[in-house]
Amino acid sequence: MRKVAIVGIGQTPVREHWQSNLRDLAVSALRDAMDDAGVETLDGVTVGNMLSGALSEQEHLGSLIVDYAGLDGVEGMKIEAACGSGGAAIRMAVKAVASGLMDTVGVVAVEKLTEYSGNHSTAALATAADADYETNMGLSFVGINALLMRRYMYEYKYDKRDFAVFPVNAHMNALHNPNAMFHFPIDTDTYASSKPVADPVSLLDASPIADGAAAVIVVAEEMVDRFKGKPISILACEVGTDTLALDNRKNPLWLRGVERSVKKAYYIAGVKPSDISLFEAHDAFSIMSALSLEASGFAEAGQGLRFAAETGVGIKGGLPMSTMGGLKGRGHPVGATGVYQVVEAIMQLRREVPAEIQVPDIKYAMTQNIGGSGATVITSILKCLNS
Amino acid sequence: MDIPRYWRLKDQRYKLQGTKCNGCGHLSFPPRLVCPECKSRDYSDYRFKGRGTLYTYTIIYQAPDRFDDQAPYLVGLIDLEEGVRVTAQLTDMTLEEARIGMPLEMVIRQIYEDGARGPILYGFKFRPPFNRENR
Repeated sequence: MRKVAIVGIGQTPVREHWQSNLRDLAVSALRDAMDDAGVETLDGVTVGNMLSGALSEQEHLGSLIVDYAGLDGVEGMKIEAACGSGGAAIRMAVKAVASGLMDTVGVVAVEKLTEYSGNHSTAALATAADADYETNMGLSFVGINALLMRRYMYEYKYDKRDFAVFPVNAHMNALHNPNAMFHFPIDTDTYASSKPVADPVSLLDASPIADGAAAVIVVAEEMVDRFKGKPISILACEVGTDTLALDNRKNPLWLRGVERSVKKAYYIAGVKPSDISLFEAHDAFSIMSALSLEASGFAEAGQGLRFAAETGVGIKGGLPMSTMGGLKGRGHPVGATGVYQVVEAIMQLRREVPAEIQVPDIKYAMTQNIGGSGATVITSILKCLNS
Repeated sequence: MDIPRYWRLKDQRYKLQGTKCNGCGHLSFPPRLVCPECKSRDYSDYRFKGRGTLYTYTIIYQAPDRFDDQAPYLVGLIDLEEGVRVTAQLTDMTLEEARIGMPLEMVIRQIYEDGARGPILYGFKFRPPFNRENR
């Protein structure tokens, strides 16, 4: 297997892009990444997206985006793994390059969620869950996370306010990220008094749905000298899976998909949890941050919240998280999120982020993108090439 | 959900019918063609009794389209006596009555109406046991 690096990144701001369509968002991010890398053409393009069919009545994104990006005739295909689509698209590119089948692959992940009203989007997002046995019982995707949060609070004796650590940190960091959706700080009181969406999950537990696109250019590490962008090694990009339905898991509070993904990633990258300098977790909901910390080996079962409070997840904390706002503060353009996470980790490694949110000592950055309630998990570990 | 799909699920929706692995005896709901434990493809239909306890629950305030007129409502995960967990709405109780560990029994209820002219879809929900001594 060849070693793999990323030599170009691009992103659009995460917003309600009422005036932009899906293809233009994707093309902007992809061409920005190509400009950053200094490439004119690509061997292939993988497109991460979840809901173009349901919300934009548009599938067949691969060829559409390749055409509009000025890459006539290049192979392009959509990769879908619910909210994990972006990470999955990177995984496919890494496989293509590592195997030697392709040298230069563009990954662009895009989501356009503001095509419809909120309730319709709620129904579309719920397709990440088991349609016949979860969604059709009236369960929303937020509801699934609420089921986890309630049980977690019950088993480990936490109060709702204990979860504030994650959204408060995310909003604090997003303040300095110009591409983030939210630019206002929150405190524990605002968090605790926000209105319930699916009790006990309230508005400030939940990441906002939004539009956006992000892109990376994945190449063989032996070829990085041909490109302009500062190269970052992608040491591991590994997938773990679990049952789609929450009720089919013996212990829903232990994310086996995360554990499977992260164990492979640590092994392949040759690192352990204590080597990680920053962790971009899939903080779609506060409870997911806690469960991800535990299944990723940073904290024991039930100790995720305690770990966050004691170790510190702020920029200068023991394990900086959501450093550019995370899903909660930057926004969660569902299928695009996994690529935003990697783009942000690369900006941190390149030291290209605003001083207020630059993680000071950084060697290994870890991103973790989760599809559904943990059914598809993609963990990537990145570091500066030759450092 | 369209009629053929709902019709296909009638044994699950009305009878809580899953599968029992003829290899190792593992019980599954929903039905599975391959046993998740011993990987056997030899199975029989198995009808769950529909009694259990509440593992966790949520109150849905912002509901998907077709459930919008029911909000707020309760959805829970129920640990069946046979050792299998299922997802269902909770009914015949107030929002405040729900508590983890409470006993529940299956009942057939209307799930939703598919628009003004569409079919009314039925299926299982769970309620506190009708015999109040067990509550």
